[in-house]
Amino acid sequence: MKRKVLSILLSLTLMGALLAGCGEAAAPASSAAPAAESGEASAAPAASSDIKVGVIYIGDENEGYTYSHMKGIDDMQANLGLSDAQIIEKTNIPEGEECYDAAVDLAEQGCNIIFANSFGHEDYMIQAAGEYPDIQFLHATGFQAASSGLPNFHNYFTKIYEARYVSGIVAGMKLKEMIDKGEVTADKAKIGYVGAYPYAEVVSGFTSFFLGARSIVESATMEVQYTNSWADMSMESEVATKLIQDGCVLISQHADTTGAPTACESAKVPCVGYNVDMISVAPTCALTSPTNKWGAFYTIAVDSFMNGKEIPVDWAGGYAEDAVEITALNSDAIAEGTEEKVKEVEDALKAGTLHVFDVSTFTVDGKPIEDDLVSDGYYHESEKVSAPSFSFIIDGITTQE
Amino acid sequence: MTKRGSISRARAWGIRVAAVILSLIVCAIVIVVITKQNPIQVYAGIIDGAVGTKRRLWVTIRETIFLLIVAIGLTPAFKMKFWNIGAEGQILMGGAVSAALMIYLGKTLPNSVLLILIFVLSALAGMIWGLIPAYFKATYNTNETLFTLMLNYVAMQIVTFCIVYWENPPGSNTVGVINASNQGGWIPPLFGTYGMCVILVTAVTVFIAIYMKSSKQGYEIAVVGESQNTARYAGINVKKVIIRTMMLSGAICGFAGALIVSGSSHTISTGTAGGRGFTAIIVAWMSQFNPVIMVVVSLFLAFMQQGAIQIASQFGLNENASDIITGIILFFLIGCEFFVNYKVELIGKHKEA
Repeated sequence: MKRKVLSILLSLTLMGALLAGCGEAAAPASSAAPAAESGEASAAPAASSDIKVGVIYIGDENEGYTYSHMKGIDDMQANLGLSDAQIIEKTNIPEGEECYDAAVDLAEQGCNIIFANSFGHEDYMIQAAGEYPDIQFLHATGFQAASSGLPNFHNYFTKIYEARYVSGIVAGMKLKEMIDKGEVTADKAKIGYVGAYPYAEVVSGFTSFFLGARSIVESATMEVQYTNSWADMSMESEVATKLIQDGCVLISQHADTTGAPTACESAKVPCVGYNVDMISVAPTCALTSPTNKWGAFYTIAVDSFMNGKEIPVDWAGGYAEDAVEITALNSDAIAEGTEEKVKEVEDALKAGTLHVFDVSTFTVDGKPIEDDLVSDGYYHESEKVSAPSFSFIIDGITTQE
Repeated sequence: MTKRGSISRARAWGIRVAAVILSLIVCAIVIVVITKQNPIQVYAGIIDGAVGTKRRLWVTIRETIFLLIVAIGLTPAFKMKFWNIGAEGQILMGGAVSAALMIYLGKTLPNSVLLILIFVLSALAGMIWGLIPAYFKATYNTNETLFTLMLNYVAMQIVTFCIVYWENPPGSNTVGVINASNQGGWIPPLFGTYGMCVILVTAVTVFIAIYMKSSKQGYEIAVVGESQNTARYAGINVKKVIIRTMMLSGAICGFAGALIVSGSSHTISTGTAGGRGFTAIIVAWMSQFNPVIMVVVSLFLAFMQQGAIQIASQFGLNENASDIITGIILFFLIGCEFFVNYKVELIGKHKEA
């Protein structure tokens, strides 16, 4: 009897809770609908209150690459004074039909400008852009904006190679110090590089890093090994360890996790990270990390759109646009005089007097390169198409897949 | 604690409904404690995300039918107590074949011919992937659980290889949308984006339901599942039944791969199967192989999954929040079967009985 009463009582309360749930459930849904309609109605909003920004991320705040984009969106929001309700973010969207679903869902929620941050999102963004001509679709790291012929589809990237070059300077200074101290001989100054894929973005990145380092230590060489994954902690750590065993005395990376710095810290080998400050995982070894400041573009894009200005088909910004930087130098690890040298190089890049891919500084198979993008003595990286295109393996670098 | 002899249907369902309600309350408590969000709003967000707009409804339907067809594919094997946990690989093989046909023939063959070819050959690929462990099980009595599991990794490596082979642009490690220009090998929309897929999955579901319930072969499967010795005594060729059933199971999973690739993603990646091969096991078991209940369970899981995407963006929660919710609900649902099958009594009382 007691059990029966109890069960009746319990089910009654549950019913009550459920009914209350249903009643409330209807309210927010209906209040959301008119907001979406008003957003769609005004395709080209003049006031900042009409704008709604949608963002599609491959990962979430726990993943360095996406984290830096999220930070960029936050900066944009602060710069332009948008409210939280004007920004809808979707995290962990894979590179498949889920991206298309997310894009059209954002469109239907009334977003008038939609960003996506991963390479494999591009085809799905183009698909959505074709169906919603009044909405602007912007895709990071892609390469099809110019060729797609869609006026509402854009690509953006940063000239991260500039920051990589500067981080190469930091690495070169460290190498020079190690040689001066007699820890390594000049002919053994080999750098190890943990790359993700044998892909232009990665090649462009490690070449610029290497050119930076070699501008300080002329005898430097570099060995690149690929993990075939953008983020694989144990693989990156394993590859870094292997490079160190191969005689590399300094490690850098184009991969998203802290695997390599962790391995470097235990082997006491200096390292340059990527995207995020690695000092917390490698306090005595992490020198710095080149990083993107996506906020620069997000601000420009949303601001242009709000003011009825054209958004560039392809956009890539570097030091001059404040779109890249290196993270705080680790005073426990860097060589003396690094700060001054970094400042000097950064200023030269900003002023446009120094070009990273200066064809007089490198050769391929013993000869200077010939390419349509070479003019005025340097390779015009990320200028015609925002995605990096430099894919030559220059002399001094050996790669292993 | 005693095993219940029998239990009235109403009572069994009463227990299950109570479990669902209890689980929702526990979820609500978890949401409040961990995220400080109003649980009712979070539930509303889930509902909005799953069925809030026409497009979201279609996506939920799509995820439901993809999960359903894999569960349906697993049913004959599981009914035979052949633990096929290789659906993931069978889907991938079917998907890879579809992608190959789309890439190589997408520009030359008329779409209807190509689609039929895709369906047949992808089912064949899945069938082969099911046949291999079945042959070894039937002939050498190898452990099918390990065998099918390991074949998943083989399939994954084959797909990885194909991606490198077909990648566009080179070095990007993605295949991209295949035939975006002429939509060759894409399943055409019908009453909405995924109407055709719904019809195909329904057809397969009905076929399997009838096959399992009313055909001689379906009965043989059940007998082999209950006891191989009985089956042998009754003159059933156990070896033949095992191989035939796994071929069927694999073929349906391969066909599911074709639906996913041709009907929805139009690309191939190692994530094409997306864990559906494993989730479908839960679906099949929870529904006790009843196709109608499978529809409900698939819908529920797809619903939660789509709702999760919404609450993640609406409340700034991680998708994992919905995994917690789904996990709690599944825990209660599976756990309640214990109370359906057993009666909890005080020890003293038990002795009297």
